[in-house]
Amino acid sequence: MATPAVADPTAIRRRTTQTGDIVARLITLAFAASIILITFLLVWQLWTQSAPTRHKFGFAFLFTRTWDPVTEDFGALPFVYGTVVTSALALLISVPLGLGSAIFLSELAPARISNMLTFLIELLAAIPSVIYGLLALFTLVPLMREYGEPFLKSTLGFLPLFKGPVYGFGLLTGGMVLSIMTIPFIISVSREALLAVPREQREAALALGATRWESTWQIVVPYAKLGILGSIFLGLARALSETMAVTMVIGNDPKISASLFAPGYSIAAVIANEFSEATGKVYQSALIELGLVLFLLTIIINGIARLMIVATTKKGSKR
Amino acid sequence: MRGNLLWRKSVNAVMLSVTALFTVLAVSSLFLILGYLIYYGGRSLDWNFFTKLPLPPGEIGGGMANAIVGSLKIVGVAALIGLPFGFLAGVYLSEFEDKMFCPLVRYVADLLNGIPSIVVGLLAWGLVVVPTRSFSGLAGSIALAVMLIPIVTRQTEQFLREVPLSLREAALALGASKWKTIATVVVPAGSKGILTGMILGVARIAGESAPLLFTAFNNQFWGGGITQPTASLPVMIYSHAIAPYDDWHRQAWAAGLVLIGMVLIANIAARLVLARGISVPRA
Repeated sequence: MATPAVADPTAIRRRTTQTGDIVARLITLAFAASIILITFLLVWQLWTQSAPTRHKFGFAFLFTRTWDPVTEDFGALPFVYGTVVTSALALLISVPLGLGSAIFLSELAPARISNMLTFLIELLAAIPSVIYGLLALFTLVPLMREYGEPFLKSTLGFLPLFKGPVYGFGLLTGGMVLSIMTIPFIISVSREALLAVPREQREAALALGATRWESTWQIVVPYAKLGILGSIFLGLARALSETMAVTMVIGNDPKISASLFAPGYSIAAVIANEFSEATGKVYQSALIELGLVLFLLTIIINGIARLMIVATTKKGSKR
Repeated sequence: MRGNLLWRKSVNAVMLSVTALFTVLAVSSLFLILGYLIYYGGRSLDWNFFTKLPLPPGEIGGGMANAIVGSLKIVGVAALIGLPFGFLAGVYLSEFEDKMFCPLVRYVADLLNGIPSIVVGLLAWGLVVVPTRSFSGLAGSIALAVMLIPIVTRQTEQFLREVPLSLREAALALGASKWKTIATVVVPAGSKGILTGMILGVARIAGESAPLLFTAFNNQFWGGGITQPTASLPVMIYSHAIAPYDDWHRQAWAAGLVLIGMVLIANIAARLVLARGISVPRA
């Protein structure tokens, strides 16, 4: 290796630069690989630390509704129920609102106004969740208690969903806060999906005599269907994993009630409230197992969302 | 295309107005939030807020000086860990492409990014709080760093990919090695975007409270170093807002105004000034 390489200076240069490249590659590789390591550590932590309750209750943990730290009897059902109900409520409000706004921003508004409004929407997404919680606690909760819930009770009170005493704190208020928090995500992802629809699609529909709305609703929206669904799943994942804002308004009571006015509890909220004070291995393990459930839930939803969004961007770029 | 023309035209007008109305509703919620914070927070914000410690319940006055400093400490250390980490991983994903490993890292980074912040808090609790047997600012920093890493990784990768291939080829053709090309040509070319992504990432973790609840915990006093329980603005807002004392609520509003001021200024500065003309992907 020595003699010919020294004789030819360019060969030395090539060799040293290659070493530099190898070092750079290895260093960056180490950090990239650490991302996998961190995720593995996370799963491992959740799995091992939740061992006591996993062994004690098995799958029954998911389907029982007692939550008693004193007798160390734990079931996840009220929390899963609260999480799912508030997230579903959130989507019920945020999907039409978000999709409608996305249609306005991509199809109707002039580019400059659309970009400005989208910028404001992005700012809305940047607001910390504890701020949403603070506002909801002092404005939305009293409003719901004094006006919103009594109104629903007097008009739709024949449904079991809107029966029972009115507190202001509860599943309905939690769902409303979540809806405001998921709207920016639904708007900006749907808007991109709509913008990726080729212009010819709209022109063809308009040329055939469709009105602006018909072209949008019957041609453009179905074309961007996957991306819009992806945005909904992304919003759902965000709603499921939201902690602070929900904790502050949901009422924090591990009960399953048919009424949306009743206080409930969510997975993230119970971990936030009780974990730092949880004494005893079983209590801690129960909360960590709830974390594991939440983790699996959000991974599945996020995975579906990303698949859908990737599928639409690929479809758009082909044309 | 069913129905007569008049009906179709009215449906068109109604539905288009509805979408405009929805947009106005969505955007106005931002101004509603800011308005409330400025009104209530502005009334409560005074010089004491920045210089005094929190007082016990019942006493009027005091401030959150320790929480402001604590937040800076926790977020600063998180940025010190997370930014270089995410940057280097992003360089690997963009510059040392390989068919098997990169897609896996990308997938896992996205997965990590989607994990609920409270669950990330559980990780830091298990990694730091359990072995050291103490809540600490460092545990909070590690939780926030874990949230920051995937954001910075994916954004760095994205902005480096946007650097034209011809720039790389030019540098290589002039005899630069690959790492020199990356360090002196590719990264500087993408630096504006990367910096924007970093600022947005730090602004995002600065507002997080869920992962700090049982890692950094809280502290009514100055606390010691990074190994002690450390107060932070988001956790203070939470603990003060849910407490039953009016004066604490006043403090929570003031803290909310300060926090949102910092987050929004960082966002606006990064997006409007630094990132003029580049589109920033969502974290």
